[in-house]
Amino acid sequence: MKIKNIIIALVVTFVGFSAQAQDTSKSKLVKQNKNAKYVTEVNGNCEQCQKRIQKAAYAVDGVKSAIWNIETHQLSLILNEEKCSVLDVKKAIAKVGHDTDAVKSTNEDYEKLHSCCLYERQ
Amino acid sequence: MQKLLMLFVLILLSEAVFSQENLNEEKLNEVKVVKKRKGIQKSFTVTGNTTIVTSKELLKAACCNLAESFETNPSIDVNFSDALTGTKQIKMLGLTSPYLMITEENVPSVRGASQAYGLSFTPGTWVESIQITKGAGSVVNGYESISGQINTELIKPINDIPFFLNAYGSTDSRFELNTHFNTKISDKWSSSLFLHGNTRVAKTDMNDDGFLDNPLAKQINILNRYQYYNAEKGWVSFINFRYMNDKKQTGELDFDSKKDKGTTNYWGSEINTERLDVATKVGYVFPDMPYQSIGFQNAFDSHNQHSYFGLNQYNIKQSSYYSNLIFNSIINNTMNKFATGLNFTYDKYQEFVNVNDYSRIDNSVGAFFEYTYDNGDDFSVILGGRIDNHNRLGTFITPRLHMRYNPWDKGVLRFSAGRGKRSANIFAENQPLFASSRTFEILNSNGKIYGLNPEIAWNYGLSFSQKFSFLGKSADVGFDLYRTDFQNQAIVDVMQSPQEVLFYNLDGKSYANSLQVEFNYEILNHLNLRSAYKFYDIQTDYLSGRYQKALQAKHRFFGNIEYETPVGEKGQQWKFDYTLNWIGQQQLPTTASNQEQDRLPEFSKSYSLMNAQITKIFSPTFEVYVGGENIGNYTQEKAILGSENPFGPNFDASIVYAPVFGQMYYAGLRFKIK
Repeated sequence: MKIKNIIIALVVTFVGFSAQAQDTSKSKLVKQNKNAKYVTEVNGNCEQCQKRIQKAAYAVDGVKSAIWNIETHQLSLILNEEKCSVLDVKKAIAKVGHDTDAVKSTNEDYEKLHSCCLYERQ
Repeated sequence: MQKLLMLFVLILLSEAVFSQENLNEEKLNEVKVVKKRKGIQKSFTVTGNTTIVTSKELLKAACCNLAESFETNPSIDVNFSDALTGTKQIKMLGLTSPYLMITEENVPSVRGASQAYGLSFTPGTWVESIQITKGAGSVVNGYESISGQINTELIKPINDIPFFLNAYGSTDSRFELNTHFNTKISDKWSSSLFLHGNTRVAKTDMNDDGFLDNPLAKQINILNRYQYYNAEKGWVSFINFRYMNDKKQTGELDFDSKKDKGTTNYWGSEINTERLDVATKVGYVFPDMPYQSIGFQNAFDSHNQHSYFGLNQYNIKQSSYYSNLIFNSIINNTMNKFATGLNFTYDKYQEFVNVNDYSRIDNSVGAFFEYTYDNGDDFSVILGGRIDNHNRLGTFITPRLHMRYNPWDKGVLRFSAGRGKRSANIFAENQPLFASSRTFEILNSNGKIYGLNPEIAWNYGLSFSQKFSFLGKSADVGFDLYRTDFQNQAIVDVMQSPQEVLFYNLDGKSYANSLQVEFNYEILNHLNLRSAYKFYDIQTDYLSGRYQKALQAKHRFFGNIEYETPVGEKGQQWKFDYTLNWIGQQQLPTTASNQEQDRLPEFSKSYSLMNAQITKIFSPTFEVYVGGENIGNYTQEKAILGSENPFGPNFDASIVYAPVFGQMYYAGLRFKIK
């Protein structure tokens, strides 16, 4: 009985490992980068915008680092492509009222911003 | 059984996945931004209660060495340790430097044998910046810090200028010379060579007690460091070599060490220290993951002190090795960072007090983990823990917590708590007491450190700071409230008798409460005021009852005013600086049983000290400065008890609560090639 249990346990372990190994090999095939770097423009004004943009980016599962520069309006991202894409991040940022190159905010979301954050839309 | 096994396997599996994730995905990015604008910087977004002192601030005092570089800083009190060596000791939250962790580029530096004089072994011109953290520090550097951490960063070869010269002279006949050389060996390697020499050649006795007010001194200090930096590959490395030789001679004016050493002809003392340090540091930042890094530090040093104080002989040699491996990364994203690693420490002490041999070997190995959460906005927390195994302190856990919250704009509230544990080097830390007729007695014998138990203390702190604008100028106001509670302490008892000092384990209570209220204001453009009131309630249960800590003022006031003229076309500028310290009454060690002429009151009188400095910058390459210390010329009435009869029972040069030397003026110059 004991031996049977141990065998089951070992089998489970191996299956787990091989499944995982397969996963990684697959991901290598499609070249999904776990530390993909992107720089993209996000429209905004101030320090409050900075906090809001970064917070929205971090809320996306897979985003490891998000730094938005107040002067240049550039958002530097490092993300795990297995979990999310840049588009996911842009959508999340647009949702809190900030326009990106690919995804624009709805007028409703934009108007919810604090008065000092109402940047000039392009 | 089956379930257990399954569970075990599942845990193992998930752990494997988790650790892999950590390795691949995490990061930590420590950015130290040191702006040159202000001399003392307080952050509103850093978790710990940390003040950064920049090199600009260090230029505001005579500042010959590290011990003297805190005189314009309210967080640290500079005291005078004894009437003979003139070495300045520092205190934070009312506790002396053994309760602080003092590190140089994050390697513990002033510890063990170097505790009494170690701060005077780092010349001020070598220092790039100092970080002062109040309360329980980070667990990364060890378990010893109780009331705070002081970390000194030396000038980095990669940022250094090709040549620097500083010459200094003062009316107490001290002369110093600092020269720095720097070369870029290749695009990745840089090297600096720092040479320091100081000397005091003339004997001074302003108070006519027949004893020197300041020791005759000679120090040579050499540092050669190399830095490797490869930004593309993510590698950075430092290699340091350092040698120091320091000689002090003090005592009666007529004392001649060749003739009178070991005799009762004249009382005299010599303290000769030689140090050799080699330190290396290697850091690697993962190029794909700027938030993930590995650091490995190693330091070897040898400290050899030969000294005698009258007929008391004290020799200590400490050979140490310190190693620290640290891994920084993130969990999920950079809002969740962690640091983890291992420390190893080895100390071989060869210590002799007269004929008693206290030689021993101490070693410890420990592991730490520190987690930082920062929501990128108004809240952050650092939770740290470490486990250590030490041959004398046993196996123990050190927890530390720091929190920061910004309740509203420009306001910051901080809380910290933590435990510290250390072995007190009772002789090395209390060397000034050798310059007295006191007998040293250790009343316990069961402990592993000179018969005493390890010191254990908890420290809690709360602080608040608010920036605001008043009449269009920036101001800030804040308070720091800290409490240190000793579970055990190696008590140094000078309250029993003026003829003895007793060491024993705490029996009862010992605590240190401190409150600091600070107000800083830019009165006019380029005219800044810094002020602080400090309250210390430090009490210990001695054999003879509960007393305030001796030689510690309960109330202190600090004020500093600085003014700078606008910078001219060629970089010319004037800088003025004035510091006032008011020091309240201090409890004095008991002298009640002495004959009347060798008796001191129970409390010292309060007094004020004033320092000032003027700097004239002629150009970015040349500047001169003049200054004065103790301009009000306040001196202690009786610096040395029983000075007429130095080998008699009442002799005591360790009770110093005010300057021994009166006013002192100095001048110096700085020359740079950029």
